[in-house]
Amino acid sequence: MLNYDIVVVGGGPAGLAAAIEAKKNGADHIVVIDREYELGGILQQCIHNGFGLHIFKEELTGPEYAERFIDELKEMNIEYKLDTMVLHINKDKQLSVINTVDGFLKIQAKAIILAMGCRERTRGAIAIPGSRPVGVMTAGTAQRFINMEGYMVGKKVVILGSGDIGLIMARRLTLEGAKVMAVAELMPFSSGLTRNIVQCLEDYNIPLLLSHTVIDIKGKERVESVVISKVDENRKPIPGTEIEYECDTLLLSVGLIPENELSKSAGIKLAQVTGGPIVNESMETTVEGIFACGNVVHVHDLVDWVTEESKKAGKNAARFIKKEIKPSKEIVKTIPGEGISYIVPHIIRSVNLEETVDLFMRVKNVYKNAKLVVKADEEIIKEIKKNYMAPGEMEQLKIPSSLFKEKQISEISVVVIKDGE
Amino acid sequence: MDTRELVCIICPIGCRMTVVKDDYVSLGYKVTGNTCNRGEAYAVKEMTNPTRVIPTTVKIKNAQLNRLPVKTNAPVPKGLIFECMNIINKVEVEAPVRLGDIIIENILGTGIDVVATKTMEKI
Ligand SMILES: Cc1cc2nc3c(=O)[nH]c(=O)nc-3n(C[C@H](O)[C@H](O)[C@H](O)COP(=O)(O)OP(=O)(O)OC[C@H]3O[C@@H](n4cnc5c(N)ncnc54)[C@H](O)[C@@H]3O)c2cc1C
Ligand code: SF4
Repeated sequence: MLNYDIVVVGGGPAGLAAAIEAKKNGADHIVVIDREYELGGILQQCIHNGFGLHIFKEELTGPEYAERFIDELKEMNIEYKLDTMVLHINKDKQLSVINTVDGFLKIQAKAIILAMGCRERTRGAIAIPGSRPVGVMTAGTAQRFINMEGYMVGKKVVILGSGDIGLIMARRLTLEGAKVMAVAELMPFSSGLTRNIVQCLEDYNIPLLLSHTVIDIKGKERVESVVISKVDENRKPIPGTEIEYECDTLLLSVGLIPENELSKSAGIKLAQVTGGPIVNESMETTVEGIFACGNVVHVHDLVDWVTEESKKAGKNAARFIKKEIKPSKEIVKTIPGEGISYIVPHIIRSVNLEETVDLFMRVKNVYKNAKLVVKADEEIIKEIKKNYMAPGEMEQLKIPSSLFKEKQISEISVVVIKDGE
Repeated sequence: MDTRELVCIICPIGCRMTVVKDDYVSLGYKVTGNTCNRGEAYAVKEMTNPTRVIPTTVKIKNAQLNRLPVKTNAPVPKGLIFECMNIINKVEVEAPVRLGDIIIENILGTGIDVVATKTMEKI
């Protein structure tokens, strides 16, 4: 059995930032494990610019953003194992790991940081009728094929789902000479960032069909066409609105799900809405000494927030080893109120807080001229005006820790209030 | 009349702006709907000379993968994007390459270089 102070599972931006921060906070014997042949996670295939606007105040591409952290990790002499898969974790913080060099390994850790990222929903998860020809794939798979392997996926493409990856791929395919016929979105709004709609669709006159979905895929061996129909407010296709688009490829960009098989094996409780572990103020899961950060906890749209959240996890894992994290029965729950779908962290133990506690959340709908109202029990403690909020753009709130010292609070809730209400 | 509806992409608020040609104001355009000055500057740029950074890839030999990610190190005029792509797609480099290495100098005489956005070792 190998022994480490901290094992970080996943070498994407979350794992990298967590490992670096853990070392800066005094943890020594750290290893980062990733099943890929290089560090950087999903960023290595996101070759477009727009990463790091908040942290570095410049627009980097995914690989550039990753390389800054990879260089820092190497300079700090933090150990990492590539081409290595973590198969199982138990609640006593033992990991079962396999690779072709060492074979099967057992590792005992004092603390574990989960940073496995997320995976894409596939067609199975959203059940489109029709045949199953070649040419249907997720947008992320296409991104990897084109950007890393240099393999073009099709000439005439329809994209289902207007999440950021779908939008980015619409532009990428267009630049590489394909014709993107349309992007169809089931909801009446896009879940992608506005800047991506402008730069990726409007720039190239690609139609965005809101409240539309694919109801049929035709073709025997290869996709030959897809049928798109308008949907009503209950998201049911409206008969008579069908339009058939000739195409050879259908890309699915229908959402991401946190990758939590390992979390389940360790007996960690998952939150329903996010699909990721329930975490406290220290980014610790429901199993003591196992921390989590990045897309494995909740899907982020900006990598900058992944880095910020992961630094917190890394620092607190280091504090845990030094026994500076205090278990406490006195917990404050965070409650998503009207208009909010979830809040991370789910639990706050005020004894462990630094100056502020950061709440990350998503709203359920598009709101213009509204405000986020934060309540401690029933008392309003903060109101933040927002010109524009959308489910595709994560909101962040800072609450001063002093609040919890002043009085006993049992829950913090956030609601959206529209102007004039 | 020269009027256009634009969404500002400078920050996530995404203000919806209306831009009207107006020779009486110093910028040459009257912008409404923006919340801050950066929006106005973006709108005028969009009307006069819209530019974009091009992130793409070139072929690479002797590396772990066969594509190297690259970008233009400054935004190029939108009208030149496809011409630039044609040039970039003809290039093939050989590993090793360092992040920031110039892959194509002064593309189309714009004074802008195409640079590597990733370090790729020789295998
Ligand atoms: C296909 C796709 C495209 C995306 N495109 C964009 C984009 O264009 N712009 C944007 O801002 N965000 C994008 N995102 C979101 C992006 O993932 C996050 O911003 C950020 O990369 C998340 O970082 P992470 O470290 O949490 O996860 P990841 O970057 O996914 O890293 C997780 C790492 O864990 C490793 N891993 C997982 N399980 C195991 C295991 N059992 N054993 C060993 N290693 C394991 C994986 O190999 C991976 O390297 C995309 C996400 C996906 C899935
Ligand atoms: S005008 Fe200003 S506030 Fe509005 S989107 Fe542009 S940069 Fe943001």
